[in-house]
Amino acid sequence: MDSILVLTHTASHDDNSSAITNDALEAVTAGRRLAEQLGASLTIGIVGDDTAAAASMLVSIGARLLSAAGQAFAQPRYASDAAACEALCRAASATVVLAAQSSRFARVMAGVAHRLGGVIDTHVTAIAASGSIEVSRWFYRQRVEAVVNRDARPWFLLLDSGTHPAFAGQSCVANVEQVAVELPGMRTTVTGLRTPPNDAQTIRPDAKMLFVAGAGWTKKQPDGQVHSVEAGKLILNFLSTTGASLGSSKSLVDQGGDGQPVLPFLSHMNQVGQTGATPRHAKGLSTCCHGEEPHVVGWRFIGERRAISLDPNCGWTRGKADVVYVADAFKVIEKVNALLEEKHS
Amino acid sequence: MQMAFHIVVCAGIVPDPLQTLEPLIGANGPGLRNEMVLPAVLDPWAASALYEAAALCAKCAGSKVWLVSLGPKSKLQQVMMTVAQKVSFELVPVDGPIGGFADAHATAAALAQTIASLPGLDRQRLLLFGGWESASRGAGVTLQLVGERLGITDQFQGVDEIDVREDGFFEVLERVEGGKHQVSVCAGPPAVLGWATGSLPEPRNSPQIGMANMRAMMPALQKAASVKLDANGLRYVSVALPTQQRATRVMKEMTTDEIARELVAWIGAE
Repeated sequence: MDSILVLTHTASHDDNSSAITNDALEAVTAGRRLAEQLGASLTIGIVGDDTAAAASMLVSIGARLLSAAGQAFAQPRYASDAAACEALCRAASATVVLAAQSSRFARVMAGVAHRLGGVIDTHVTAIAASGSIEVSRWFYRQRVEAVVNRDARPWFLLLDSGTHPAFAGQSCVANVEQVAVELPGMRTTVTGLRTPPNDAQTIRPDAKMLFVAGAGWTKKQPDGQVHSVEAGKLILNFLSTTGASLGSSKSLVDQGGDGQPVLPFLSHMNQVGQTGATPRHAKGLSTCCHGEEPHVVGWRFIGERRAISLDPNCGWTRGKADVVYVADAFKVIEKVNALLEEKHS
Repeated sequence: MQMAFHIVVCAGIVPDPLQTLEPLIGANGPGLRNEMVLPAVLDPWAASALYEAAALCAKCAGSKVWLVSLGPKSKLQQVMMTVAQKVSFELVPVDGPIGGFADAHATAAALAQTIASLPGLDRQRLLLFGGWESASRGAGVTLQLVGERLGITDQFQGVDEIDVREDGFFEVLERVEGGKHQVSVCAGPPAVLGWATGSLPEPRNSPQIGMANMRAMMPALQKAASVKLDANGLRYVSVALPTQQRATRVMKEMTTDEIARELVAWIGAE
């Protein structure tokens, strides 16, 4: 008989909108479903400096609640987080451990699996339990999809965000069991977060829309000149009025290193595709981008896709987008910005 | 800068991103059609790790870079002909299967064993580098598992920068959610750093570096130990290409105004 443990961590102090992240609440939903399908027991473990508020949000699920709490777990750090997760897993005697694929848990969970003699699969997008547990995940950067199962236990599964609905229940005072954690000597100190200035904060994971800027924005335009400053203004204006998240092709973010004109607010963090991110948004608009396969694999989890390109034979036209406008993105985005501003005013 | 590092970079080889991939299930489990003849490259994020390792090595006198790579000898030789021209390193090849469908735990065990037996490696100076995820399995767990096997409990993933201080401590920038970096200070090696893109461009080819690397590389390839990777109970129920193909509407005749109006309506629609 399997026993399910869902590991969660409290939200960072910078994110004061909730005591627990949305991704963690998605993992809770997945854990509850799996426990119901298998007829297994469900335990939820919480890591953080103060876990009471997070626990109160989860109490209505009716699961056993465990907590590894204290100042040592205020910041994400391998040594302390691995020790906390290991202690929670041992306390729960779990055979299947679910957690969100957050940066904090992605850093430590393979190490925890190894310490417990278990195995791990990450970037899981679906879990099915009919007789045995089968999980879906992608290989070769979202180009090949596979369904796998394993006999080995404990089996750790890190779930990609956006794959399950977030758990929502009534908050009330929780009865939480505190788990003692034996901490090793700490050699690493987390000193904080480095964030881009507000006007350059262009990566918005919760946005409904992804706007991708391709290298064409900084190429010579019909007048024979490069208009990268104007391009930057158009793009930032669009992001400001729509609240979209900004992505980019590799060729555009690489241009800085090659001494070519750049958009100063773009970094490798914005890169989408084979060597970049694979974000999840309901809609995506590509501009001045050829839609080559290494970039488009990063669009695997974008719902509706549209593209603006001067090339009627670009990659987007070959079944990768729903609509391709063969047009000059400078003119179109300028007009779109004007219409959006008019609409908002 | 006083600290001399022993930097071990773990880097696999993957199909060139422009290649069409077609999965199939063979007698030994899943693989890619014509996998052995597909052009291959060094895994992109691991390549970033290699370039960062070389840059760090150049700043810290007495440092050394090893490149540990697991794959079929013939493919390793082919890829290393190019990689060898970029930066100086000692290649430690491990002759094993190619592809992303092998179990990460078995891969990590083979890599850890190889690293632990490297002659001249000082584990107290060890910085274990690699890509934070590969372009094949893309699980982001192998480096962590190797680190655990080597007893390293200072680990960083999604690294974009390392800055070594005079006292031997180093500051690391790791990617976290929302386009931010987490800043940590570590009290020196040993540590594991899974690199994202880093901050360095791809080095230009240098025939001199290539010649120097190749002198040691060919004998190392000939002597490469063979490993067989255990499946650890991992079973593939199905392996397939995504079938979704969109019926693209290509609009060539619309005016700028018409496109803009349609886009604004689309953006505003729920």
